[in-house]
This record gives sequence, structure tokens and C-alpha cells, in this order.
Amino acid sequence: MGDSTARGGTFFPARTGDPAPGGPPQRTRRPRPRPGSVATHLVLSLGALVMIFPFCWQLLTALKSLAEVSRVPPTFLPEDWKWSSFDEVFTALPFREMLTNSAINTVGRTAGQLVFCSLAAYAFARMRFKGRDLLFGLFLSVLMVPSSLLVLPQYDIIQSFGLLNSAPALFLPGMFSAFGTFLLRQAFLTLPRELEEAARIDGAGSFRIFWSVMLPLIRPALAALAVITAMAAWNDLLWPLIVNTDPEAMPISAGLTSLEGQYETNYPVMMAGSLIASLPMLLVYVFLQRHFVQSVASSGVKS
Amino acid sequence: MSVFPATAAAKAADRRAARAAGTGPAGRDQRTAYLFVAPLGLGFALFYFWPMIQTFYFSFTEFGPFGGHTWVGGDNYARVVKDVTVWQALGNTVLYCGIGLTALPLALVVASLLNRRGLRAVPLYRALYFVPFVTLPVAVGLVWNWLYNGDFGLLNEVLGWFGVDRRYWVSDPSTAVFAIGAVMVWSTTGYYLILFMAGIKGIPQDYYEAAELDGAGAVRRFFTITLPLLSPTIFFASVICMIQSLQVFDLIYIMMGEKNPAVGDTQSVVGLFYKWAFMENAQGAAAALAFLLMLLIAALTYLQFRLQKRWVHYG
Repeated sequence: MGDSTARGGTFFPARTGDPAPGGPPQRTRRPRPRPGSVATHLVLSLGALVMIFPFCWQLLTALKSLAEVSRVPPTFLPEDWKWSSFDEVFTALPFREMLTNSAINTVGRTAGQLVFCSLAAYAFARMRFKGRDLLFGLFLSVLMVPSSLLVLPQYDIIQSFGLLNSAPALFLPGMFSAFGTFLLRQAFLTLPRELEEAARIDGAGSFRIFWSVMLPLIRPALAALAVITAMAAWNDLLWPLIVNTDPEAMPISAGLTSLEGQYETNYPVMMAGSLIASLPMLLVYVFLQRHFVQSVASSGVKS
Repeated sequence: MSVFPATAAAKAADRRAARAAGTGPAGRDQRTAYLFVAPLGLGFALFYFWPMIQTFYFSFTEFGPFGGHTWVGGDNYARVVKDVTVWQALGNTVLYCGIGLTALPLALVVASLLNRRGLRAVPLYRALYFVPFVTLPVAVGLVWNWLYNGDFGLLNEVLGWFGVDRRYWVSDPSTAVFAIGAVMVWSTTGYYLILFMAGIKGIPQDYYEAAELDGAGAVRRFFTITLPLLSPTIFFASVICMIQSLQVFDLIYIMMGEKNPAVGDTQSVVGLFYKWAFMENAQGAAAALAFLLMLLIAALTYLQFRLQKRWVHYG
């Protein structure tokens, strides 16, 4: 309807309330704790507790004996700290192979996306060729299709390659991403044209310019993509459940589901297993937290 | 496509480049460009475009017990539309979507609390709230199953202090969907929190200061400044939330198992698709279901983009 103000780019509801010039110098004053900040911290820490406590309970349960966890009311701290559930996980399942498979899957998908998406994104952002916009639109259409719904034919393709129950089966389709291409293209578009022109005058070829001039400049976007992809790969469940049904070929996510089937009521072992399985990604998160935050923020770029 | 404004920028850059070179693109440059695009293009063709066509084709066929597809016309679609479990799964999925959306107001409240001037430990809070999102969903499902456990679970114990009766949260059909939905909210709030915090950072602090000088309280500032100026981000988040909820699978699969009496009451559309395609060998019907879900997601996304004009401000 008459909503054109919102699209015109100049409408700002708060414009009339802009502070008078002369106010700003005050802002340099040091912020002192304000009334109510104790209450804020209280609410926020309560929320944080809700977020973190399940993991504490996971660890505490893993350290208890089976007899202890089936007691009512439950004990909070383990009576004696028992680490054997962690060993038991490795004998119950080929847990070591599963962790390796997860690692291969994660590295394969991440490396694939970084290479394939950055190459294509560079061409889409920086080169002229016939059918470019059409092709880019077509590629983006992949974004609209939920990947879980293509698994039937994808399964057939993997099967026809004779790759069922193999490591490549896990990462092959996930090496190609429309989102990654879009994200990296946006990053390439922000770089100044002059850089390439200067490199070209110096005699560098297209690939050389891409590899040693442009790629290093979009490192933050590459890191964001790597983090998103790695997380999705490590956590993926549906696809591995379908293509790799052999326990030795499963990644850890699918492996845990079979642990659930075998150890239905042995919660210490299940908690130990799930803890080990989520630990690698959590460690990556602890060390690369900045990139995780950046990747979420940049996923918002899409809007 | 006009949806992507950056295309215009790319075109302008092209024109500049062409002018600088004094010519249009040479044949060799074109070939180089195709070489850059080819690896991804081949991968997409093999693993995405061909499967899309195949899924569409499969949806009109039946997979025989000895392999091979026989054409059955619209039978699969008729089956999907008539099947009660499909409608139940769709209802559940819509419910998950609705429950999942409650993560947005939660994240919004936390984000505006974290936006208080001079608040300490903001990065720490942010980091902690994000942990559930990073954690392996299968592990999350197992942990919550344990917390929800009817006999020895901690939740029953804690609720017992307040006089709430014991329950088998995930095997009771009346609570199972909500129990799973709560875990979804728990694990996605951190994601939306970071999204909103990034959005709030883009709102000039002056607005808040001016409003404060005019005597607007925290609640008033939230509704008159944060909410309208953050509406593009909230819109994006709600689209993401909807698309994700419609595809939910992992948590339900892990939390319900196969023998749970509430399986039918919690099954999502993707869960039903998995069951049909890989456990009951009804691939044709599964493909039809997949195709319909695709259409549904596209339609809902389109609808959201239409509705956004009514409530989203683009500054």
C-alpha cells in the first residue's frame, strides 16, 4: 500500500529525535555500572546456566556407575569418579574409525567447498562470460532446495560409483555449495578492481591473480565458510545414515545412534560417547570462536 | 535476478574493465572463466540438478522389488494427499515451526539485555549461549533424552520440588512434540542471538541516548528503536527459522528411536520421507512427498517476502 517511505531509503523513524549537536563530548566519559545491572547479570547468568548445565550433567553422568544413575533421587556428584565408561565406548563400537571418518568427512567437504566455491565465485564476481548471470541464478536455485530431499537420487549416484560405505561417499555431494559460492562472490565484489589491473600489467595470468592476489584478501570470508561447512559436516546425520550403513564406515554422528540402540539404558556409556563425539567441534569452537561469530553474522548478509 | 543487488555492481565493474581494456571480453578470457566455473558446475550438475530432475521423475514411478521404475502417473501424489500420516507429519512440522519461532523473542530479549551500555562479560555470555548450537545434534538429543527420562531423569526430580507430577516426557504423545521443540529452541537461541547482536550493533547509539534524554525507559526504547530498526534481521531470522524447522530430522530421529509409542505423534515430514524411502522401500511416494515439501517451502518463503512489506523497515 502506501508504504513507499520504507523502501525509499531515507525513512528513519528516529530521525526527528536526533540529538542536538554539542551532545557528543559527553560520550567519552567512562561507563560506570548503572542501577539494574545486577539484575541484568542475574537474568543473563540464569540463561547461561540453562545453556551450559545439560553438558555438565552429561559429564557427571558419564562419570557415575550404572547403579548410581538408576537411583531415585539422583545424586549430583558421582560417588566415586569412574572413567571406565569412556573406555567402554571404544570397545562397544569402532569408535576410533568413526571419529576418523568424521574427520575425513569434515576435511573433505571443507576443502572441496573452499576450492570449488572460491574458483566459481571469483569468475562470477570478476570475469565476463556469456550466460554468467543465468548460470549464477541457476546455481543459486540450489539454495532453495532442501538438500535432504535430494538424497534418493544422490544415493543411486554414489551406488553406481561403487562408493557406498566409503569415505568419499560421505563428503562428495557436500563439496559443492551454492551458499559458499554466494558468500565468497560477495567478498570478491568488495575488492577494488585496480588490484587485478596492476597484477595484470605486471604480467600475472588469471589463475595467478586469483591465487596470490585475490584469494588472500578474502581470508575472513574463507574462514567463515570453512567454519560453517566444518560444523555442518561434523554434525550431519541423514546423509551418512543412508550411504554408510557399515559401522566401520560411519561417522561419529551416525555411530552414536547405533550406540543408542545397543545401550538403551546404559546412560553413563551413552553420555561418555556423546561427550567424545561433540568434543572436537567444541574445541574448534573454543579456539576459533571469532570465526564462528563472524560466520553467523555473515550468514545474515544474505538478507 | 533483481533480488541480488550486487549483480548490478558486478555489471558496472565489468563495463569499467571493458572500457579500460578497450575491447570486449576476448575468447581466451571467456575460456578461463568457464574453467573457473567448471568444477563447481560439474558437481552441481551431478549431485544437485540431475537429482532434482530424478526426484521429479521418481515421483511419477514405482520402484519394483527387483529394481527398475514403472510409470504410475499421479498415483504417488494421490497417496501422499490421502495418507493420514502425511497430514499428521505436516501438522507436527508446522507445530515444530511454531515452537521453533519462540527462539526469536528469547534471543531478542537476551540481545537487548546484552546491549546495555557498560555491561561486562558480554563476549563470555555470547560464547556460552552459542555452545548448544555448535554441539553435535545427536549428542544434544541423547543428553536431553536423559534429562527427560521418566524414571531417573533430572527434570522430573527438579519439577517434583515444585509439586509437578512425574512424566515420561518423550514417550507421552501429549508432551513429546513440546519436549523436542523445547530442545530445538534451546539449541538455536544462541544462533539468533549472534545474528541479533550483529544487527543491534548497526543501530546508532545516539538514538538510544536521545530517547533516554527524552525520558524513554528501557522497554519503550526496545519497542520504538530496537524492534523497528532490527526488523530486517528479524525477518531474515524468521525465514531461516521456518526453513530449518520444516526440514527438522536429526533431533526427532535420535530422541524418538523406533519403538517409542509417540513416534507417529512427533514424526516430521522429512522423517516420514526417510522412513518411506529407506525403510519401507516406497521411493516413488517418498519422492512425491519430497517434491511437495519443496513446493511448500518455496510457497511459504514467497509468502513471507510478500508479507514483509507490512512490518519490515529498511532504513
